[in-house]
Amino acid sequence: MSTAHAAASPDSDAVQELESQFDATIARDQRIEPRDWMPEGYRKTLVRQIAQHAHSEIIGMQPEGEWITRAPSLRRKSILFAKVQDEAGHGLYLYSAAETLGIDRAELTQRLLEGRQKYSSIFNYPTPSFADVGVIGWFVDGAAICNQVPLCRSSYGPYARAMVRICKEESFHQRQGYELLLTMMRGTREQREMVQDAVDRWWWASLMMFGPPDDDSPNSAQSMAWKIKRHSNDELRQRFVDMTVPQAAKLGVTLPDPELRWNEERGHHDYGTPDYSELKRVISGDGPCNAERMERRRAAHEEGAWVREAASAHAAKQAARARAEAAA
Amino acid sequence: MSDTQNEKREWPLYEVFVRGKRGLNHVHVGSLHAADDQMALTHARDLYTRRNEGVSIWVVRSEHIAASTRDEKDPFFAPSADKVYRHPTFYDIPDDVPHI
Ligand SMILES: [Fe+2]
Ligand SMILES: [Fe+2]
Repeated sequence: MSTAHAAASPDSDAVQELESQFDATIARDQRIEPRDWMPEGYRKTLVRQIAQHAHSEIIGMQPEGEWITRAPSLRRKSILFAKVQDEAGHGLYLYSAAETLGIDRAELTQRLLEGRQKYSSIFNYPTPSFADVGVIGWFVDGAAICNQVPLCRSSYGPYARAMVRICKEESFHQRQGYELLLTMMRGTREQREMVQDAVDRWWWASLMMFGPPDDDSPNSAQSMAWKIKRHSNDELRQRFVDMTVPQAAKLGVTLPDPELRWNEERGHHDYGTPDYSELKRVISGDGPCNAERMERRRAAHEEGAWVREAASAHAAKQAARARAEAAA
Repeated sequence: MSDTQNEKREWPLYEVFVRGKRGLNHVHVGSLHAADDQMALTHARDLYTRRNEGVSIWVVRSEHIAASTRDEKDPFFAPSADKVYRHPTFYDIPDDVPHI
């Protein structure tokens, strides 16, 4: 249900009792549900994380959406349409989860539009070629899967359940991207170069989707103690690298990192350090497409206002007519 | 409430319940906003059943749902806690009695 309440705190003993119940639920690996008492910090962290995640899904429709009208075949157009529509759905599942924390969806949209809440840095990069659609499916949705699969066990019930739904759909996203690239790699030399070029442009930005390195991620420890997060940024980044390297080999592309090699001892790939100053720049608004993305989102919201108002007016009229008929 | 006030207000929140297939109960899957019941059903179909996840959908305005209190140890549930005789295991039956 979506009826969360901030718990009143009659006295500190009672709060301590509630807090220890909350801690015990987390320790037992059980889920926190909307109407449970929760510490204010837990609630705030969740609102921030879920909203940021929701905004990312919504803004994330733009880079690929640009290619819907220009997809090279009806098959690719249908696939891309379905994929972008899924991302809208992901955003809505997540807004729905956020609302169970007692925050209004319109308020979250407002916070995004005013730049008070963020979305994933990855969607601030341009998509100049159709190969970008494939690489986004392979890298960006692939990285999203690494991030999201453990979130299916996140301690907050509605968030975890939204992630289960989302993860089921992400697999299609990743596979359609990889298949698109396989097709291009079987094409002309020019097409193969397009794929390699897209890989070169997206690799490092994709690695940065996992956030700053662990030693520069101040909120991670608390999120992990609350079991909102299950793995550190660097663990997930490593998982993504290990997963992607053999896929790149099969595809016949080179990942643009001279330090990338298998480390027998660790049982993982070593890889170079992403330029985290770029991540900071892009997050703080100075990426290649930040202004464009926000502008587009604002325009969509404003251009949709008359539809929202007309629907409300229609609903009010229908309700009034029904009342009048009942009274007659 | 006047019409203009109504138009400015946000669409109300609906809870969505989906029957996955015949023979199963409707299960709560999430929420959405819609101007009225009909739009809520259409949006629920688009949002929660894009891949044949349902054969039937219920939507209900969230504000119409009454819920028990948040506390798991709520005395509300106490009547069910101390009635062990409601469970089949409460009754000792000799091992050699068949089919029981
Ligand atoms: Fe998504
Ligand atoms: Fe996706």
